[in-house]
Amino acid sequence: MSEQVKQKESLFSPKNRKLITNALGKENPITVQVLGICSALAVTAKIEPAIVMAISVTFVLAAGNVLISLLRNTIPQRIRIIVQLVVIAALVILVDQVLKAYVYDVSKQLSVFVGLIITNCIIMGRFEAFSMANKPWPSFLDGIGNGLGYGLILVIVAFFRELLGSGSILGWKVFEAIGLYDIGYKNNGLMILPPMALITVGIIIWVQRSRNPELIKD
Amino acid sequence: MQDLLNIFVKSIFIDNMVFAYFLGMCSYIAVSKTVKTSVGLGIAVVFVLGITVPVDYLMNEYLLKAGALSWLGSDFADVDLSFLSFIMFIAVIASMVQLVEMIVEKFSPALYSSLGIFLPLIAVNCAILGGSLFMQEREYQSVAEATSFALGSGIGWFLAIVGIAAIREKLTYSNVPPALKGIGITFIITGLMGIAFMSFLGIKL
Repeated sequence: MSEQVKQKESLFSPKNRKLITNALGKENPITVQVLGICSALAVTAKIEPAIVMAISVTFVLAAGNVLISLLRNTIPQRIRIIVQLVVIAALVILVDQVLKAYVYDVSKQLSVFVGLIITNCIIMGRFEAFSMANKPWPSFLDGIGNGLGYGLILVIVAFFRELLGSGSILGWKVFEAIGLYDIGYKNNGLMILPPMALITVGIIIWVQRSRNPELIKD
Repeated sequence: MQDLLNIFVKSIFIDNMVFAYFLGMCSYIAVSKTVKTSVGLGIAVVFVLGITVPVDYLMNEYLLKAGALSWLGSDFADVDLSFLSFIMFIAVIASMVQLVEMIVEKFSPALYSSLGIFLPLIAVNCAILGGSLFMQEREYQSVAEATSFALGSGIGWFLAIVGIAAIREKLTYSNVPPALKGIGITFIITGLMGIAFMSFLGIKL
């Protein structure tokens, strides 16, 4: 037994790789665990803010996971929520200041949703479920994996909303370029409005569950 | 007075927390299985928002904003601590929730038994922090305005969660495609409710 423990696990062993790939599909934070939906819906009217948001959350999640994992043996059980909130809030302040300094326009578009990363349930959820009980490196991978899983859904939702709502991808006018407007096509303004984000996510969940019936619970 | 009423009505219907900004979606989806529990959670949210937003307003006004510390003397007149607002707001929320929980437990056991289990959950509800952040971003002029915004948003959230819970109770008897059951159909119905709420956009206040 002790032999096995001593044997050093390689950094990208199958078990570690699974931490990332699982979060992209079968344990996706948004569509399967239903965590962190607030920001996922609100920032997806365009692709650019969605990508910035995904990077910010991935950073906070990975760095926070590592920090909590390093501190996990020193945090008293009773006040762990407060400690976790302070770690998250400090990281989010960092992200907010960096965004304000380098991509001010996007930071204005994201408005309060950068601050709301603090109460993003994915982060608290991963701290509680994973990094409080695991070593820093797996926690880091878990953070990256969940951040990417979150980002993946964000970008998919934002892609459809921007393409159908504004007829562009990352600001590049696709439909104008291929001349769809000349034959009478019109942008669907409804796609940019908030309710369609909910319906798009609903449809993504529907597609994913029809393809993996084992995800259907009730 | 009319301003206060305008802010109140606007934050219930037009700037509804759930349908316009998707705040508090996690608990909105997780707790809305029955009307009874969602009424409990909804009241708790109104309650906590009504307390934390005014307190955070005072914090912002007298501690965090650029020049807010000038009451300490002219040396502090150009101090801007607004980058600390996230950490201060979340600390206020966490401690307020704890305080409210203790006070309610002491003075009203009946209320505690119906609200109690929801209060800890609320500390990490984005609707609460979102309320404070919107209050900061929209720069309300007085405590009264901030309070009426907070109560309005809370009641808007309450309406939304009770509405979806009532629909979900009825939905158990309907024939939903198996892959769409549970959260899938909840998302789509919330979207449809959001479209209905958008009709309030026409109201000029």
